[in-house]
Amino acid sequence: MLLTRKATSHAAPQARLARAVSGTAPKTMDRRTFLKRSGIGVGAGAVASQLPFSMMGEAQAKEGDGKVEVKRTVCTHCSVGCAIDAVVQDGVWVRQEPVFDSPLNLGAHCAKGASVREHGMTHDSHRLKYPMKLEDGKWKRISWDTAYDEISSKMLEIRKQSGPDALFLVGSSKHNNEQSELLCKWARLWGSNNTDHQARICHSTTVAGLGQTWGYGAMTNSYNDEQNSKSLMFLGSNAAEAHPVSMLHTLHAKENGCKVIVVDPRYTRTAAKADLYVRHRSGSDVAFIFGLLHHIFKNGWEDKKYIHDRVYGMDDVKKEVLAKWTPDKVTEVTGVPEEQVYQVAKILSENRPGFVIWAMGQTQHTNANAIVRASNILMLSLGNVGRSGGGCNVYRGHDNVQGATDVGPNPDTLPGYYPVAVPGSWVHWAKVWNVDLDWLKKRYASEALMARPGMTVSRWIDGVTERNEAIDQDSNLRMIFFWGHAPNSQTRGSEMIEAMKKLDLMVVVDPYPSASAAMFAKVRKDGAYLLPVATQFETEGSVTASNRSLQWRERVIEPLFESRTDHMIMYQLAQKLGFADQFIGKKDGKQVLRLVKGKGGMEEPSMEDTLRNEINAGCWTIGYTGQSPERLQAHMRNMHVFDIKSTRARGGKDAKTGYDLTGDYYGLPWPCYGTDKIKHPGTPLLYDTHKHPMDGGHAFRALFGIEKDGVNLLAEDGVACKGSDITTGYPQFDHVLLKKLGWWDELSDEEKKEAEGKTWANDLSGGIQRVAMKHGCSPFGNAKARAVVWNWPDPIPQHREPLFSPRPDLVAKYPNHDDVKVFWRLPTLFKSIQDQAIKDGVAKSFPLILTSGRLVEYEGGGEETRSNPWLAELQQDNFVEISPKAAADRGVKNGEYVWVSTPGKNGNGSNVRLKVKALVTERVGDDTCFIPFHFSGWWQGEDMLPYYPEGAAPIVRGEAVNTATTYGYDRITMMQESKTTLCQVAKA
Amino acid sequence: MARMKFLCDAERCIECNGCVTACKNENEVPWGVNRRRVVTINDGVVGAEKSISVACMHCSDAPCMAVCPVDCFYRTPDGVVLHDKDLCIGCGYCFYACPFGAPQFPQAGAFGLRGKMDKCTFCAGGPETDRSEAEFKKYGRNRLAEGKLPACAEMCSTKALLGGDGDVIADIYRERVLRRGKGSEVWGWGTAYGPGRPGAQPPAAAPARKS
Repeated sequence: MLLTRKATSHAAPQARLARAVSGTAPKTMDRRTFLKRSGIGVGAGAVASQLPFSMMGEAQAKEGDGKVEVKRTVCTHCSVGCAIDAVVQDGVWVRQEPVFDSPLNLGAHCAKGASVREHGMTHDSHRLKYPMKLEDGKWKRISWDTAYDEISSKMLEIRKQSGPDALFLVGSSKHNNEQSELLCKWARLWGSNNTDHQARICHSTTVAGLGQTWGYGAMTNSYNDEQNSKSLMFLGSNAAEAHPVSMLHTLHAKENGCKVIVVDPRYTRTAAKADLYVRHRSGSDVAFIFGLLHHIFKNGWEDKKYIHDRVYGMDDVKKEVLAKWTPDKVTEVTGVPEEQVYQVAKILSENRPGFVIWAMGQTQHTNANAIVRASNILMLSLGNVGRSGGGCNVYRGHDNVQGATDVGPNPDTLPGYYPVAVPGSWVHWAKVWNVDLDWLKKRYASEALMARPGMTVSRWIDGVTERNEAIDQDSNLRMIFFWGHAPNSQTRGSEMIEAMKKLDLMVVVDPYPSASAAMFAKVRKDGAYLLPVATQFETEGSVTASNRSLQWRERVIEPLFESRTDHMIMYQLAQKLGFADQFIGKKDGKQVLRLVKGKGGMEEPSMEDTLRNEINAGCWTIGYTGQSPERLQAHMRNMHVFDIKSTRARGGKDAKTGYDLTGDYYGLPWPCYGTDKIKHPGTPLLYDTHKHPMDGGHAFRALFGIEKDGVNLLAEDGVACKGSDITTGYPQFDHVLLKKLGWWDELSDEEKKEAEGKTWANDLSGGIQRVAMKHGCSPFGNAKARAVVWNWPDPIPQHREPLFSPRPDLVAKYPNHDDVKVFWRLPTLFKSIQDQAIKDGVAKSFPLILTSGRLVEYEGGGEETRSNPWLAELQQDNFVEISPKAAADRGVKNGEYVWVSTPGKNGNGSNVRLKVKALVTERVGDDTCFIPFHFSGWWQGEDMLPYYPEGAAPIVRGEAVNTATTYGYDRITMMQESKTTLCQVAKA
Repeated sequence: MARMKFLCDAERCIECNGCVTACKNENEVPWGVNRRRVVTINDGVVGAEKSISVACMHCSDAPCMAVCPVDCFYRTPDGVVLHDKDLCIGCGYCFYACPFGAPQFPQAGAFGLRGKMDKCTFCAGGPETDRSEAEFKKYGRNRLAEGKLPACAEMCSTKALLGGDGDVIADIYRERVLRRGKGSEVWGWGTAYGPGRPGAQPPAAAPARKS
């Protein structure tokens, strides 16, 4: 990546040094005096004294009294959850200081985290500054009122003609939990399940795979807990670039003897830090994992007692693995030599506990659900799950993709994973939201559509372009909201632009809406609106890190320019669309959410109320109930009391509220069962029976029944949380079980009233959970994890070749699934695409594998980070990594422009091609090319600058790899295939 | 008095560029001027890739000081090498002399037009009054005067880049090397001059030296 570093650039924005208009600097004492007086010398561990002074950041700072405040916030660029102290003077964000006390990041930052203050700079900002509308092919400034009037009347008109399902609402994993939950509700009040967000194309396969194996779809442990590991296998994660600060814990573990293995088609920055690097073929992960299992089973390295006690179906897997995945087969599919596979299996077996760590490398495949489950099975076989130092550490992407998955806009679930298909979910949430259920039902086109999961963000383009008779709802999609989503993070960009041609309305709500804006303006003259929204530094609220810890962000600054907060926009649009009262839960003299004064004195729903009265009050299933705003805020103020390895507070009282922090795990990682009153400490490690539930102990969830074909699905005798009154497996708790056990009377009268006829998951009093835990029991039961998921098309995970496979011979042996006629409301192709590709000889005309991934400097679609000059300077061109041999064979030299073409098609039938620079490197194998996915703003060689709203184009633009990525979706979750397709490279 | 030093631990540096943007952010360094950057050798070569973060090393016997024709450099009692931009003539001798490529020149043009040299100040400002507006404009933030360490080292994602009192840093690094059972050979004399040369042995095992 050195290739792209340039010392100077013609695109250089104005010097920041020159525009740092200073305030007056109060002269206090000179450096040497200070050092003497402070008595610290300047040791490596010198504590920041946080003396804030001087330097007003911007000329815009209002005449002030020099008031300086320090606001504690959390980086918005990934799921590690790095805390930041923002120094604000007279309302201007002037400095950024590390928070050494944070148990998650210990003050550390990557390039993105160290540069977040840029969000507060107004001079030469590349943000969208006011609402805009596309008119006669030009972006025109309009007022908020005009924008709301025109958008809402168009929406209502389309609703009248085509029903509520003509809308697709793409939410965001960058909203905080409260906004996510509100947007989920907003979609439902509009009357459609057609809403989704980045998690679909991020970790949906993880959530489904983990959830179906053992109950919850989240990272089992924490980044910190890697310090307790003996082995770490990164399979599908380049943490050094995607989650750099997590490497703090990883490298610490390594220095204490933990073995680090990286398995990846690329020799990544993470691999450069590993003890062992294994190069496998992109998309062959199931075969690789089963190759490991083959050696484990053959040598008897599996944890037999653990499997007997806590795992269902491992024998079936063992039989299949020993028969089907002999070393020769594994090498044939993966390209990894047998000795290496054996070596990895041996290291993992001899170094327990350990983790498999993954991110998009596992999840973004057509058979990703199988890859994820194979990883789970591997960890179960070694007895690694449910203990400190072992499990599945799944690194989520965006800062709040975990939270937005848990409580946000999903097409198939209401907040807390309550399925839309189950009527009880609606009863539950209508009650929490204080919305009339009958009214809500009438908002939907029909009760059938209310119970039917909506389309997914990965497929909205087909919702627009597919033949109407083939889709499973009345109308095609006619309008789309991009509420914090980059279009270039989705595959099939060349087809997306065709869908944009057909839309009646596109609304983009984003601080940096320009990738969608430019694409749209390239093919349209009108029909789009851009609304400037506040960043997470301009609002407050909670955010869930990958380890399930919640952190509360204070508002750093007022929303800049004309931007407004997401929840203000939701409320104001709801007013125009006629469901404002329902949005704030105003009914029968009760109002769930207070309205508070936001920007310019305008009203917006209270974030604290949203957490307390909706998320805490409703999300019992996943224990989002104990994390009250007060508790979270106390954690933020007292980070220093939490231990770095265990994340637990040994003691401590919050000076402001007197709240006793003793025993709490940092950020109250969910599940934090029961109400905040019972002070559950959070669950740092899922399924860890070595602790009492009130100390964060946990069991596998009894989600799949009590027995299957005569085999016990509950945990065997002797397996239960420490201190449990039931020392064997038990089902999920409900009022019946409580009565049978004779524990019912331990509920208070109030609790009894609420708990009657209820389960642990919908008892709004929390009494069932409280009593269960009092007796040392996990409220959601104590069962076995499943190695066999009998309700899925592949009960035992199968290797299936990608739709665009470089190996037609292997497609014959390991074909993909049959096509599915209706899947998330759309016909979905698997085998027919794969067969057609073979018929067309695609592997011959596009002989190289194309994969994609991250750069440390940028995040997601990249518009935000490419607009930050401190980051943009570091990566100025998009590029393709190509091996020296593949480059030489094509006459390509390092640094030259090349065309990368794929089987993806343009509207006119031609193949899509990308113009990028060649980075000739051994990082990739001879059969593989890699392009980072953060770029946008070029379209097949053309700079799209003329199509951007003035002043809102990012500093660095380049080809989006996803313009060229191809069709392919996961059989369970509709995850897109963005990690394995084919390409050809030619000199430009 | 402490002697300020930087040390970058190549076993930990992941080339995340956190140090680079931390520096840009804290000192508001303009585009094109890089007081600190991360250098990767053997980029992408299996088993051989190493990264280190490089800036002015604040040498004890600084070559820049030796060659400067106008004598604009000075060393603070903390051992930080600073310079006076009012004296600097932008000749670029320091740039040629520096083994680390630390001196930066904000302007580019014909006839040797370079502008005043700019480089890492160890977040210690310059000759102007500590923490004054003039100091910030010319040299950036003076964190040492606030009792803080350089932003790059404070924010390093993996604590690879250590900055501060040389003795303390040496202790931290020595502990890491001992724990790993290796390390200094990866970056040091052995790498620079080849193994087997005199002085190529890792100094790690040496007892702690207190000054």
